[in-house]
Amino acid sequence: MKAVITVVGKDTVGILAKVSAVCAEYSANIIDVNQTVMQDLFAMVMLVETDRLSVDLGVMRKELEKLGEANNLKIHVMHEDIFNSMHRI
Amino acid sequence: MLNTNDILETIKMIQEENLDIRTITMGISLLDCIDSDIDRACEKIYQKIMKKAGSLVKTGEEIEKKYGIPIINKRISVTPIAIVSAACPGKDPVQFALTLERAARDCGVNFIGGYSALVQKGFSAGDEELIRSIPRALSLTDHVCSSVNIGSTKTGINLDACKIMGEIVRQASEMTADRNCIGSAKLVVFCNAPEDNPFMAGAFHGVGEPDCIINVGVSGPGVVRAALAKAPNANITEVADIIKKTAFKITRMGQLVGTEAGKMLGVPFGIVDLSLAPTPAVGDSVAHILEEIGLERCGTHGTTATLAMLNDAVKKGGVMASSKVGGLSGAFIPVTEDAGMIDAARCGSLSLEKLEAMTAVCSVGLDMIVVPGDTPADTIAAIIADEAAIGMVNSKTTAVRLIPAIGKKSGEELDFGGLLGYGPIMKINPNSSSKFISRGGQIPAPMQSLKN
Repeated sequence: MKAVITVVGKDTVGILAKVSAVCAEYSANIIDVNQTVMQDLFAMVMLVETDRLSVDLGVMRKELEKLGEANNLKIHVMHEDIFNSMHRI
Repeated sequence: MLNTNDILETIKMIQEENLDIRTITMGISLLDCIDSDIDRACEKIYQKIMKKAGSLVKTGEEIEKKYGIPIINKRISVTPIAIVSAACPGKDPVQFALTLERAARDCGVNFIGGYSALVQKGFSAGDEELIRSIPRALSLTDHVCSSVNIGSTKTGINLDACKIMGEIVRQASEMTADRNCIGSAKLVVFCNAPEDNPFMAGAFHGVGEPDCIINVGVSGPGVVRAALAKAPNANITEVADIIKKTAFKITRMGQLVGTEAGKMLGVPFGIVDLSLAPTPAVGDSVAHILEEIGLERCGTHGTTATLAMLNDAVKKGGVMASSKVGGLSGAFIPVTEDAGMIDAARCGSLSLEKLEAMTAVCSVGLDMIVVPGDTPADTIAAIIADEAAIGMVNSKTTAVRLIPAIGKKSGEELDFGGLLGYGPIMKINPNSSSKFISRGGQIPAPMQSLKN
């Protein structure tokens, strides 16, 4: 399955690196990254494959949320199907 | 890849606008548990519920984790117990309620619905005994919900049942007066009751349903309101379109969760209920949607028209989004469970009469309305009859869930806490309806042609 990681917050140096590091730690394969900076706000959407995840998705979600809190960012991890079903007919 | 804006929109809906799956409800048929020995029947019921729903809560939590969407309630509905208890004449039906309570506790669900009877055309064996036992059953249990269907478009309204239910609603309050009259908050009186409703307190598993099924109810008044707030100057056609599109997205999530839950539990997926179900939380109110559209306060002139549009748009969007739609499907207006309704009732903008008019155009009826503690049983029965008449004539589901606040008067408040909320006691018409209610008999089924 694929999961979507979204990161929203104030733009600072090294956000992408920090999030990717967590992904690598748990063997989540990054397939696609899309990032934009709107005014001061940084928004990144990352598509990762979680089939070979070394831990439960919930564990990685908690770890990323912790990372977000520590860096004043909002990080969410959600199943890709949610977006596919909500935004595509 | 997916559009970034779409993704951020979904996240915002869940994080800030209270989008959630309100309930996944497992419907379980108890027809194969019927036994003339009440102890054996109860044991069969307990075993069947545990077998089917034992892992319901765990599965719900797994889906929450997998998809990252909150599922607020996990519930069970069962075959109307009056059908099961009919095989045990002379026995106390409350024993079934206690069995349901035990099963609900052991499964870990929030509510179990189905302590019910269907008496729209008359009482069969066991019906009246079960109805008379409802107040006791609700006072002795925490999780059991009860409903009684007293009318339908095809049969008319059973006025004898109306009269009894007026008394039962009062007794349910009286017997739980020390617990904020919570008994009557778990009791719904229906006209045209749906058999696949996932929402409490009116859920039961109809006899035409399969052995076991998963139904889903979504919620998203906050999402609809936020979408409308982005278009402050849209005309009403555009407003309806925005609601339709939002309802589509909300319902898709319900469809996804229902299908997944069915798959994981090995149970067929039944329906998505397209209702906008509010909670007392700030930003989760149907009244606030109506106010966003342009009413100073919910309950003022224009409320019925906006609500009719809202209800219709929610259905149109939802029907497109799900392959299976059912249940109550519409906008709920439970007074104590909706922050905007509570405010409107407190300031006098929302009256019982206006609520009655609103129920003619939306689901589901006079819901969670606190009335003075000295309201006579016959007056409650007459309110039930009025509401049932709206459902009967309009071929729609209507329901009454009134809470007589024992020992309190109009102007005071009652607080249940949690999802059931709190609210002011509403004024009712003091003139008697006793003679009408005491006539008894059946209001004949209405004409289905020559409609005016």
